[in-house]
Amino acid sequence: MNWLQLDAVDVCYGRVQALRQVSLQVEEGEIVALLGNNGAGKSTTLNLISGFVRPSAGSLTWQGQDISRLKPHQLVAQGIVQAPEGRRIFSTMTVHENLLLGGYLVRDPAQIKQRLEQVYDLMPRLRERSGQEGGTLSGGEQQMLAIGRALVSGPRLLLLDEPSMGLAPLLVAQVMRIIAAVNRTGTTVFVVEQNAKAALQIAHRAYVLDTGTVSLSGPAAELAQDPRVVEAYLGGA
Amino acid sequence: MIQVIVNGLSVGAFYALVALGYSMVYGIIKLLNFAHGDIYMLGAYVGFVVLGALTSWLSLPTALGLVLVTLVTMALTGGAGVLLERVAYRPIRHAPRLSLLITAVGLSFALEYGVRQIFGPQPSHFPVQIDAGSVHLFGATITIARIVVILVAAGLMVVLALFVAKTRQGRAMRAIALDAKAARLMGIDVDRTISLVFFIGSALAGAAGVLAGAVYGTIDFLMGFIIGIKAFTAAVIGGIGNLYGAMLGGVALGLLESFGVAWLGGQWRDVFSFLCLILFLTFRPTGILGGRVQERM
Ligand SMILES: Nc1ncnc2c1ncn2[C@@H]1O[C@H](COP(=O)(O)OP(=O)(O)O)[C@@H](O)[C@H]1O
Ligand SMILES: [Mg+2]
Repeated sequence: MNWLQLDAVDVCYGRVQALRQVSLQVEEGEIVALLGNNGAGKSTTLNLISGFVRPSAGSLTWQGQDISRLKPHQLVAQGIVQAPEGRRIFSTMTVHENLLLGGYLVRDPAQIKQRLEQVYDLMPRLRERSGQEGGTLSGGEQQMLAIGRALVSGPRLLLLDEPSMGLAPLLVAQVMRIIAAVNRTGTTVFVVEQNAKAALQIAHRAYVLDTGTVSLSGPAAELAQDPRVVEAYLGGA
Repeated sequence: MIQVIVNGLSVGAFYALVALGYSMVYGIIKLLNFAHGDIYMLGAYVGFVVLGALTSWLSLPTALGLVLVTLVTMALTGGAGVLLERVAYRPIRHAPRLSLLITAVGLSFALEYGVRQIFGPQPSHFPVQIDAGSVHLFGATITIARIVVILVAAGLMVVLALFVAKTRQGRAMRAIALDAKAARLMGIDVDRTISLVFFIGSALAGAAGVLAGAVYGTIDFLMGFIIGIKAFTAAVIGGIGNLYGAMLGGVALGLLESFGVAWLGGQWRDVFSFLCLILFLTFRPTGILGGRVQERM
């Protein structure tokens, strides 16, 4: 059974239709990438899965259950956790407090502590900065914090919205390595990216979103060779 | 001099207790809750009723009775605040700011004239007063009542500050104030947390209302009006939305008024406050502690 399944989903903002007949699946253990240009509807897709916008048609299921009416905090409780576009770090709180907020729904203090340790081991920069205010971190560190914060909740499906945005190439590669490492520990990842090249290097499968509709999909390795993808998203070749 | 300072502190304690609710609510949903002063009035009347009932059923020593009554009142006004938010503000939370403001003013009238309907327009006499005499300190005469007010307010504020700084729910409140969407992504139930903020703010205002009754002896249905405006002023002075700002602003306003009155006479009290409000709104709308605009609560 598919973990996450969207079937012919439409999403509208007033009279603007942002998603049209979108169907996609994410299976347990995968990294799936959703690629597309600015305004294609990538963030809308994640906000749909996170419960911020409602589908006007189609179905949205998680492990076979309809989740299209759940509120964001209920979806987090189900293990569907998003690191949003632009990081949205709590800027005047410390790195440590940001991570604690990620564990807001975790009631066992020992478990929070253990997950904090795992995050700090995965991203030692955060340990060095743990007493510093989130707003003082560099863009790359903030992205790590956004991912770390989501990890403390113990996600079963991690949603990432443009983790490479605004980062220098070296940092993009580092963030992608971190995402791959998170996936190796058993977390399923659904990552939205404009940077198709970076995302296709770590993803197992990918979808291409083109003004609200899925135009291409397949294994990441195949898409990386597909002339249409190469021309439109990998800067020609 | 000491006299003037203690007077200022005790008045400031009232302002601070009420300003906290104002400021916390503003911090979390950007609403100027103009009905908040009336929760203070409601607290005084709830205390009045509970105290009446309590003294006729059992004969507790006054001090213990007052503590009990304050706690019961805090629970009840806290509940009233939660109810008001639930029925009046929540349904229109995403409506234009002006609708919320008008609703708040309407609620304020409803509370004032609702209480007038029940208890009448004439002031009621509080059944118990803190009347334990006074102490002499460096040549000043200070009533015990004022000291009690200062200590109770300080105690409540320390508890609140620790709650907001150290607990999971306190962190959730600060998170919503900083970025409500990101807070939702952490699994925080924003509606429930907003209810909690209304509960705490209203409970503090209720406590202030009971204290006012016990210190000044009489209460009336319009007593929340002026203190509401003063608390708003205090919140603005400290930096609205900022917890410590509300505390600081309340105390600063109390002291300012106290010195103003000592130098110029009692009729200048309110002139002083509103001059302050206007000056701050004009020259430093973010208040003393509001330098960094994004820092709320
Ligand atoms: N809150 C909103 N209200 C109205 N239109 C929106 C809103 N959010 C996004 N849109 C529109 O929906 C489309 C998809 O946006 P988005 O999902 O943010 O794209 P992407 O993340 O791929 O850049 C765009 O045309 C955008 O203008
Ligand atoms: Mg986007």
